[in-house]
Amino acid sequence: MTDQSAENPVLIARRPSRLKEIWQGNIGYSFRRNPVAIVSLAVFVIITALALLAPVLAPFDPYDPASIDIMNSEYPPAWVDGSLPGFWLGTDDQGRDLWSTILYGTRLSLMIGLCAVVVQAFLGISIGLISGYVGGRTDSILMRLADIQLSFSTLMVAIIFLALTQALFGSEVFAQYAVFFLIAVIGVAEWPQYARTVRATVLAEKKKEYVDSVRVLGFGPGRIMVRHILPNSLSPIFVISTVQVANAIISEASLSFLGLGMPPSQPSLGSLISAGFDYILSGSWWITVIPGVVLVVLVLVINLLGDWVRDVLNPKLYKG
Amino acid sequence: MFAYLVKRVFQAIAVMLVISLIGFAIQGNLGDPLRELVGQSVSEEVRQELRDDLGLNDPFLVQYWRFLGNALQGDLGTSYFFKEPAVDVILKKLPATLELVFGATLIIVGLSVPLGVYTAIKPNSWISRAIMAISIIGISIPVFLTAILMIYLFSVELGWAPSFGRGETVHVIGYWDTNFLTVDGWAHIIMPSIALSSIMLPMFIRLIRAEMMEVLQSEYVRFAKAKGIAPWRIYFVHALKNTLLPVITVGGVQIGTMVAYTILTETVFSWPGMGSMFLEAVNRVDTPLIVAYLIVVGFIFVVTNTIVDLIYGLVNPTVKLARLGA
Repeated sequence: MTDQSAENPVLIARRPSRLKEIWQGNIGYSFRRNPVAIVSLAVFVIITALALLAPVLAPFDPYDPASIDIMNSEYPPAWVDGSLPGFWLGTDDQGRDLWSTILYGTRLSLMIGLCAVVVQAFLGISIGLISGYVGGRTDSILMRLADIQLSFSTLMVAIIFLALTQALFGSEVFAQYAVFFLIAVIGVAEWPQYARTVRATVLAEKKKEYVDSVRVLGFGPGRIMVRHILPNSLSPIFVISTVQVANAIISEASLSFLGLGMPPSQPSLGSLISAGFDYILSGSWWITVIPGVVLVVLVLVINLLGDWVRDVLNPKLYKG
Repeated sequence: MFAYLVKRVFQAIAVMLVISLIGFAIQGNLGDPLRELVGQSVSEEVRQELRDDLGLNDPFLVQYWRFLGNALQGDLGTSYFFKEPAVDVILKKLPATLELVFGATLIIVGLSVPLGVYTAIKPNSWISRAIMAISIIGISIPVFLTAILMIYLFSVELGWAPSFGRGETVHVIGYWDTNFLTVDGWAHIIMPSIALSSIMLPMFIRLIRAEMMEVLQSEYVRFAKAKGIAPWRIYFVHALKNTLLPVITVGGVQIGTMVAYTILTETVFSWPGMGSMFLEAVNRVDTPLIVAYLIVVGFIFVVTNTIVDLIYGLVNPTVKLARLGA
């Protein structure tokens, strides 16, 4: 690509960059006209940036036992009477600075959510491509599997799988590998969403002439699937992905809340909420409510962005 | 239709067999039944003898066959913790969970249809916009967090409703005590029911709205309007019927999610149902109870899914034919 455009400077001068093209095109126009989308994206970018910069921004390291003083536990946020200076969001039940813990927790929640969706997308797209392109018996077996997998809801499968894993390995070992277990179980359980959509586009595309022509040119099925058919299903994939990230973050939080996810020593937003729940009846609401609000805002802006993306790209999603 | 029914029942039996196989595999690998029976202080020879007596040294298939036979007679082992048959423990907890699910279903069905239809008919009114805005917020709050926030607001701050347990119940029959006959029972069940419905309700409102808007564009609705049929009749008799087909499908898929949500809701509200019992059983590594829960829940799940599919086949003749061919 780059070689070609270097040889042809006229083309470069006329053609704006990909990003600029999107900004000036339909998507950019609808984005600029939609205040909800603008605010959502801004909030999402801010939360992500704060989470990524957690090691720089956080005044304390919540993973370092030396920086935690149990005597500091359960101090309220700065705007409530009886707060401790230096902890503007207060402290949690173990005496950790809530602001630092939330920054690290958000990073963990986002990371697990995104990685799980990458696993889902990889599995689902591969299976969808194969199922649609090969067809026949392979297709019907794979789609029957997808039906079965869909009818067992993700959360149910995840709860049972993680509960058994925890009982089998003991909570010590489990806590060590919790991140991987979470990503794997949320990732594997949701592949049919992608597989069905990708399969539907493959079925529509593979009869078209351009696919025939690349086949005549002698390209193998792998290359045809990935380089020629897959780009046509990018917009539905994009739409699904936003919703899936939101769902994955909710699933992770729910599992951690049940004690089947991240341990309290390495808290994600869900395990923070879970730890605070024991103290809510005694009046220490902030340990639960503040991470809870962060979680809701994060999921809400992703969902709002997802709604907007769906309206703009308006793909015909596979309904089922 | 009969062929479809037979096919569907066979499919259900196959899924149940797989679930029982998983349950059996768990029973064989999780925890040691001998240690639960006799403790640590027994010599190795006695242990071996006991293993033979209990049939733990038999081949895998023989053991599985015995497990299956016992399961069919309603014997899923004895809970280590409760020292009672695991099935009995679960059956005692079942009514509490079912009442909770019933309450949530009542809320979902009772509100999602009118709200979904209204937002579809008048998509631009401010009430519709408010309903849609609230519904996307509702979808974004995890069930357990809704439950916690409700406890914080209504139990801790305002003191309106109790935050845990079932309260005063009235004995009906067998293991069934009901919440619905006392004021205290209602006060206890109302918050968990709302929490349990808090993600499904907005989801169904959005689904019904989307389907309804599509149906309202169709020829037959326009024809009915031209014919002069009263609007409410068009909306609720003609259009709603065709809207409900996809709703039934999604409802079937959501049964499993409902099971997961009962675990979450019951944990937050200390509701003495199957869900919280399952988590406790996991923490105590009470293997027979874990296995029994999986099999009972799997059974309920498979039966309801089959019924939903059969209903779907009944109300939608086109799908029935397509599925028969497939």
